[in-house]
Amino acid sequence: MFDQFDALLLARFQFAFTVSFHFIFPSFSIGLASYLAVLEGLWLWTGREVYLNLFKYWLKIFALAFAMGVVSGIVMSYQFGTNWSVFSDKAGPVIGPLMAYEVMTAFFLEAGFLGIMLFGMGRVGRKLHFAATLAVAVGTFISAFWILSANSWMQTPVGYGVNEVGQFVPQDWWAIIFNPSFPYRLVHTVMAAYLTTALVVGGVGAWHLLRECTNKGARVMFSMAMGMISVVAPLQIFAGDMHGLNTLEHQPAKVMAMEGHFQSHPDGAPLILFGIPDQEAGTVHSAIEIPKASSLILKHDLNAPLKGLDTVDRANWPYVPVVFWSFRIMVGLGFAMFALGVLSLWARFRSRLYDWRPLHWLALTMGPAGFVAVIAGWVTTEVGRQPFTVYGLLMTAASASPLEAPAVAASLLTFIVVYFIVFGAGTGYILKLMGKAPHPGETGPEAGREPIRTAGITPAPAIDPARTLGAEA
Amino acid sequence: MIPVFDLPTLWAFVIAFAVFAYVVMDGFDLGIGILFPFFQPGPERDSAMNSVAPVWDGNETWLVLGGGGLMAAFPLAYAIVLPALYAPIIAMVLALIFRGVAFEFRWRDPGHRRYWDFAFTTGSVVATLAQGITLGALLQGIAVEGRSYAGGWWDWFTPFSLLVGISLVIGYALLGATWLVMKTEGMVQNHSYRLAGKLAIGLIVCVGLVSAATPFLNGAYYERWFAWPQVLFTAQVPLLVGLCSGALLVSLVRRWEYWPFLLTLGLFGLCLLGLGISMFPYVVPNAVTIHEAAAPTASLQFMLVGASVLIPIILAYTGYSYWVFRGKTGHEGYH
Repeated sequence: MFDQFDALLLARFQFAFTVSFHFIFPSFSIGLASYLAVLEGLWLWTGREVYLNLFKYWLKIFALAFAMGVVSGIVMSYQFGTNWSVFSDKAGPVIGPLMAYEVMTAFFLEAGFLGIMLFGMGRVGRKLHFAATLAVAVGTFISAFWILSANSWMQTPVGYGVNEVGQFVPQDWWAIIFNPSFPYRLVHTVMAAYLTTALVVGGVGAWHLLRECTNKGARVMFSMAMGMISVVAPLQIFAGDMHGLNTLEHQPAKVMAMEGHFQSHPDGAPLILFGIPDQEAGTVHSAIEIPKASSLILKHDLNAPLKGLDTVDRANWPYVPVVFWSFRIMVGLGFAMFALGVLSLWARFRSRLYDWRPLHWLALTMGPAGFVAVIAGWVTTEVGRQPFTVYGLLMTAASASPLEAPAVAASLLTFIVVYFIVFGAGTGYILKLMGKAPHPGETGPEAGREPIRTAGITPAPAIDPARTLGAEA
Repeated sequence: MIPVFDLPTLWAFVIAFAVFAYVVMDGFDLGIGILFPFFQPGPERDSAMNSVAPVWDGNETWLVLGGGGLMAAFPLAYAIVLPALYAPIIAMVLALIFRGVAFEFRWRDPGHRRYWDFAFTTGSVVATLAQGITLGALLQGIAVEGRSYAGGWWDWFTPFSLLVGISLVIGYALLGATWLVMKTEGMVQNHSYRLAGKLAIGLIVCVGLVSAATPFLNGAYYERWFAWPQVLFTAQVPLLVGLCSGALLVSLVRRWEYWPFLLTLGLFGLCLLGLGISMFPYVVPNAVTIHEAAAPTASLQFMLVGASVLIPIILAYTGYSYWVFRGKTGHEGYH
């Protein structure tokens, strides 16, 4: 019995570890693919070389991030079967087709055109190359669409029946795909990806402005990133609020955990800003609260009654301390992003965007903030769904593969070692590329691939130098 | 004996197609990884790497379709087979991580290129070995109880599964060598011809050994291959394997640039056909048929609509991408 429990906990930790690591890359590449499409589009439209240089600068970084996203994603597509076989058997008929559509509509599109986007500059015309960039950008969005639909169905399952062997049987695909939490989750996650990318681009721009405030490329990327943050950060706070209200409707226990509401409040619930949740005792120690504010936010009425976890069977409580804290980290960072956007607008208004050093330092510090917020948000929603895999229907404890603890422990340990080596090195290479300032005549991802010509090997044929993107600039 | 083309059967063919597409496309780029140590650091290796750099990612997507498709179309099989093969599957995905990132990392870090080249090779060998062992272990049978795997954690490790693993390493290496024969010139091509000759003989021996051993793994396989009158049909397979092998050797000796690769693919196709004859209509041999494992009709129908439209489109733009990077590759990246 104890062994079983151990194996389950290890499997959960392995999934959390691998999926968190994986999502870092898509949350960056979804936004970066769109940014690259914008840069290439601007270059084609205006003909200004700075856009082409920035395109090539970020394309090299994209190539690395994308490769890491692909390989860490393959792990996910097999882990459902290796570690969560009962879940796969039961939910496979619903979740499986959504993921199959993700592969068929998104992964192939991205992978098929990535080669042309990265290495095809000299081989296809300008417009075709731009079409490839667009295909990759659209592919990243379609991928988000399907995988978030699948995830949302696990949060708010509808449109299914259950057959005699206990499998979920799809009855209404439209209802399944557009399940109640999906539109909110999609908007919130995609905007998070855009913010994450904008913060990274802004951080890199700030770093180079701090060193050389006249660098043209750094100015353009910093301005674009700050503009993006000033628009998207307030929208994201609004979308997050809507998502929270949707969660309150469909997964009230999750919101109770986020708010730290162990007790019900019949006449206006306080907003607990900080405190130390105690799962055992069912209370929040040394809480700093604003009376009735939680009811105001969640019900738009100071005196509205709000139920607490005391109305939920204790066996179905999510682990409150994790949900409570991860939620505060996400919201805190969200407001910090909003502040950065406002400050940048003020700097822009005073024409100090490129030489106001405190702003650059702030943007630099906040460069990685998007990743932290995204992971914290996922921890909130996924831990908040516990103790279920399919909310209210299939317990996590009843979803795992019949594996022995030592087998899972061994694989978990290997994943940790391999991920830290490989993705540590990859992150190092990305930082190295970011550390170099963008400059005129930037090279593409093929840079560094040793342009030495040796007798006996002819270079790639059929390349007309006049048709390469570099030559056109 | 006439197969009825209902939805589960159709999906078994779609998954088989995805697996074959994967072998056709990722086989040669894993093979290039396996052969990497045989090429000189510098232009030889760069040239080999550049011949697959623009397409490896799309190639690997077929593996995701195979895995994802299996979960979607045959969830019970996915739920039984993957835990049974826990160690080889985990080893495969970890190995694919190493070789996948090596494509980019080796160019970004010339100081440590040796290490990433080593990771590329090791990753390719381990991933291939794991795929072969997975196939071998599946073929020799998996213990099932109710709706889950009921065997031990080392059941997959047998002389037969190892034999299939090693055969696949040799097979992919041959695909890699014959791909390079097609895509390169000069010294890399000469080198590839020499390697391909040895590998072709190795593969033919391995195919013979695996084929000879398979019918004796369990009685049902023996029946399916040798029972009268099917034998009239099944006997064509080894006959064609023999013809294909002969033609492959001739094409290598005569240096017909494109034929060695195509004939090696032919061999792989025949092996897959043989596999189908052994296993059909089971997805887990002698335990679960494709009909027992199939997802409900609503799932299969919904996906079939998408697959019948999307897979041809995917093949079209994949073909276009290969067309863009057609011809012989240099060692210096794409400019």
